[in-house]
Amino acid sequence: MAGKGLDAPVILAARRVSKSFGEIPVLFSIDFDIRPGEVHAIIGENGAGKSTLIKILSGLEQPTSGSIVYDGAPVVLPPNGEAEAMGIVVIHQELNLAEHLTVADSIFLGRELTRNGFLRIRQMREAAAAILDTLHVHVDPDARINTLSVADKQMVEIAKAISRDARVLIMDEPTAVLSVAETETLFAQIRRLTAKGVAVIFISHKLDEIMELADRVTVLRDGQLIATVDTESLTPDSIAQMMVGRELSNLYPPKREPDVDAPVVLSVSGLSAPGITDIAFDLRRGEILGFAGLIGSGRTAVAEALVGLNKREGGTVVVHGSARDFADVSQSIDAKLAYLTKDRKGKGLLLNTGLQPNLTLLTLRKHLKGIFLDGGSEAKALERAVRRFDIRARDASVRVGQLSGGNQQKLMLGKIMESEPEIIILDEPTRGIDVGTKQQIYHIIAALANEGKAIILISSEMQEVIGLSHRVVVMREGRLAGVLEGAEIAEAEIMRYAAGIKQGGEDERISA
Amino acid sequence: MSVSAHEASRPARGLHIDLKTAGPLLALILLCVLGYLLNPAFLNEGNITNLLTRSAFIGIIAVGATFVITAGGIDLSVGSMAAFIAGVMIIVMNWAIDSMGVSIWTVLLGVGCSLILGLGAGFINGFLTTKAKIEAFIVTLGTMGIYRSLVTYFADGGTLSLASDARAIYRPIYYDSVLNIPIPVWVFIFVAIIGWVLMNRTAFGRYCMAIGSNEHVARYSAIKVDRVRTATYMLQGLCVSLATIIYVPRLGSASAATGVLWELEAIAAVIIGGTMLKGGFGRVGGTVIGALILTAIGNILNLTEIISNYLNGAVQGVIIVAAVYLQRGSFMAGRKKPAAEK
Repeated sequence: MAGKGLDAPVILAARRVSKSFGEIPVLFSIDFDIRPGEVHAIIGENGAGKSTLIKILSGLEQPTSGSIVYDGAPVVLPPNGEAEAMGIVVIHQELNLAEHLTVADSIFLGRELTRNGFLRIRQMREAAAAILDTLHVHVDPDARINTLSVADKQMVEIAKAISRDARVLIMDEPTAVLSVAETETLFAQIRRLTAKGVAVIFISHKLDEIMELADRVTVLRDGQLIATVDTESLTPDSIAQMMVGRELSNLYPPKREPDVDAPVVLSVSGLSAPGITDIAFDLRRGEILGFAGLIGSGRTAVAEALVGLNKREGGTVVVHGSARDFADVSQSIDAKLAYLTKDRKGKGLLLNTGLQPNLTLLTLRKHLKGIFLDGGSEAKALERAVRRFDIRARDASVRVGQLSGGNQQKLMLGKIMESEPEIIILDEPTRGIDVGTKQQIYHIIAALANEGKAIILISSEMQEVIGLSHRVVVMREGRLAGVLEGAEIAEAEIMRYAAGIKQGGEDERISA
Repeated sequence: MSVSAHEASRPARGLHIDLKTAGPLLALILLCVLGYLLNPAFLNEGNITNLLTRSAFIGIIAVGATFVITAGGIDLSVGSMAAFIAGVMIIVMNWAIDSMGVSIWTVLLGVGCSLILGLGAGFINGFLTTKAKIEAFIVTLGTMGIYRSLVTYFADGGTLSLASDARAIYRPIYYDSVLNIPIPVWVFIFVAIIGWVLMNRTAFGRYCMAIGSNEHVARYSAIKVDRVRTATYMLQGLCVSLATIIYVPRLGSASAATGVLWELEAIAAVIIGGTMLKGGFGRVGGTVIGALILTAIGNILNLTEIISNYLNGAVQGVIIVAAVYLQRGSFMAGRKKPAAEK
């Protein structure tokens, strides 16, 4: 195909684009361009202006000054996603699919094929099947969206974009909720698209992915353009440094030697619940126990069964020496066992509410004077949490939904820490947040373990599990595939267990 | 940019409440001015007292409805429930007179009966929505039909009347005044204050808002969602029972026509007051104003001849839609700006 690659003419460009919301400037004179067949990554910490930039590039926001050039001519992009018709398609982080429609319905949503006002259902299904086929995606066009995995939903979004003849595809953190294998499939898909001359703008926090996929990288920091560079001339370290503007040598805090004589605070054996079978492990005071595995391997199900969010079908759970079967979260909180959900928007925070009610919701009983709420005590708790976890909000009246992902995560951490737990289960504590905040959270986790808290760290980012954990449990298909210790804790070894190449051996290790 | 949360919250919050309460309150004041201009008799002491007394029934029920709606539920059965409770009260009191003669205890028996029925009916609604996991709309649509037809059955299609000697004892609860304020208005004031405190100053109110705003978050935050939800329906039942207790002495009777459409008026009062129908945000003060607005409209139409009194429902309908439209507008304006972040 002619006219693609690095020497091709630019298809979409921003020229000295600035944007401010009211008084607050968020982008300062940004230059950005992308050529057909190129993957151009945008990275930066939360609040660096990435989302605003892609909103401007797709017409969802208009720049305060500067201009957009599309196909060599200055344009004003139409608002409300109408730029799709021009070939600029955005796939948002929160996928925009109607859960109850079928795959074929979704692909043709808003552009249904009709004859005399009636839907041509068969044609649409065939066309959908054909598009999915060219993508090598094995999804039934008649399947309902809510029956698909997140990865398949994303493929449907891509199919939808293709059916719209996308020339520029903008993806906002598409891999945040994907497993390693699913990410590989997505990347293969993206390469197939770029081979056809589609330009892909890609936002991700995962530096290794960017190194693998992108041709060029644009780094934003605090609304400023730091640099646009070819990926070949970069290392993950140099990107990270550009993002945060400081050395990141100590992303993970130094590991303290685990105390093998510390008392066991949580002992699980034979635990079965929906999605998990026969789970057994011990957790000691001051220990960080990593839970690795593919998405859907049952790690969250273990956590939810432990704290009483899911019904237990069998097994025993011994907390601080006594067998417990929690019926709901209030009981596990009373037993000093707290769970931080991975779904901060759906299950963790009230997005339309302010910081203070969110922080104290779990522990409201602590803020009662008689039967009345003590607003002063709540405000003090917020002040404490803001200081301890470095939560940054423009002011305290902002709704939590407006905070950046990193600040939401820190607020949620503050919320569960308000209950003064001894055992803390952290489920994907750094999903979708920037490197700087990640580092902060890693240090918080390590500090908690040093204080003597026992921590279960569930994460799909293998580096995170490896960098923090004293021992690692690997799960596969709802079962415990292996427990790794010391030098065994390495990416390749975890992968072997997670993918089912290696099995078992957990029993003797658990007792160790 | 890290702001100390404490100091920043004070002025912002004060402003917040002002803007939000101002709407319905302003509407009520405008309505009163309009009423006075159309007929100066509107502001007569007698008329104001009458208006407040009339608004007490819907107002008391609507305070309960504020909790149900804030917690993400809805209760369509309140009108029928009121009629049913009134019917059973009358039957029980008449029976008590036959067997034990008439005394103050007759009335107290009726009142106790009403409270138990109200709490019980609320519990049934709550139990069916939380434990049987049926949508509140369906459950209360069902109980609405059941209570309505039961009262028709008890009255044999006609009217249940309280024996006249019991009426004489019971009458003051509706018609008497304390400190120049009718007893029903006192009850309304009392219920409104308790309701406000419960919503804004107790953990229960906070839990209602949390559940209505996101049930998952509530569950993950150690809130006993089913228990709190059921409590809101029981609170609603209690409010219906209180409203019925002051309603029965007014006419001394109950029939199939008692309390018809009260559920919709109560919901309307809640919504006009600024509570969100989808839950998550409740304002008891607004509900009180909403109930006053609805009653004032009917009252003004009674006092003037520009618009026929038969159009009462139409005017109320316009006000409800307009109120929600205006609130929606202010919410949008509030939401636009924050999109800035990220």
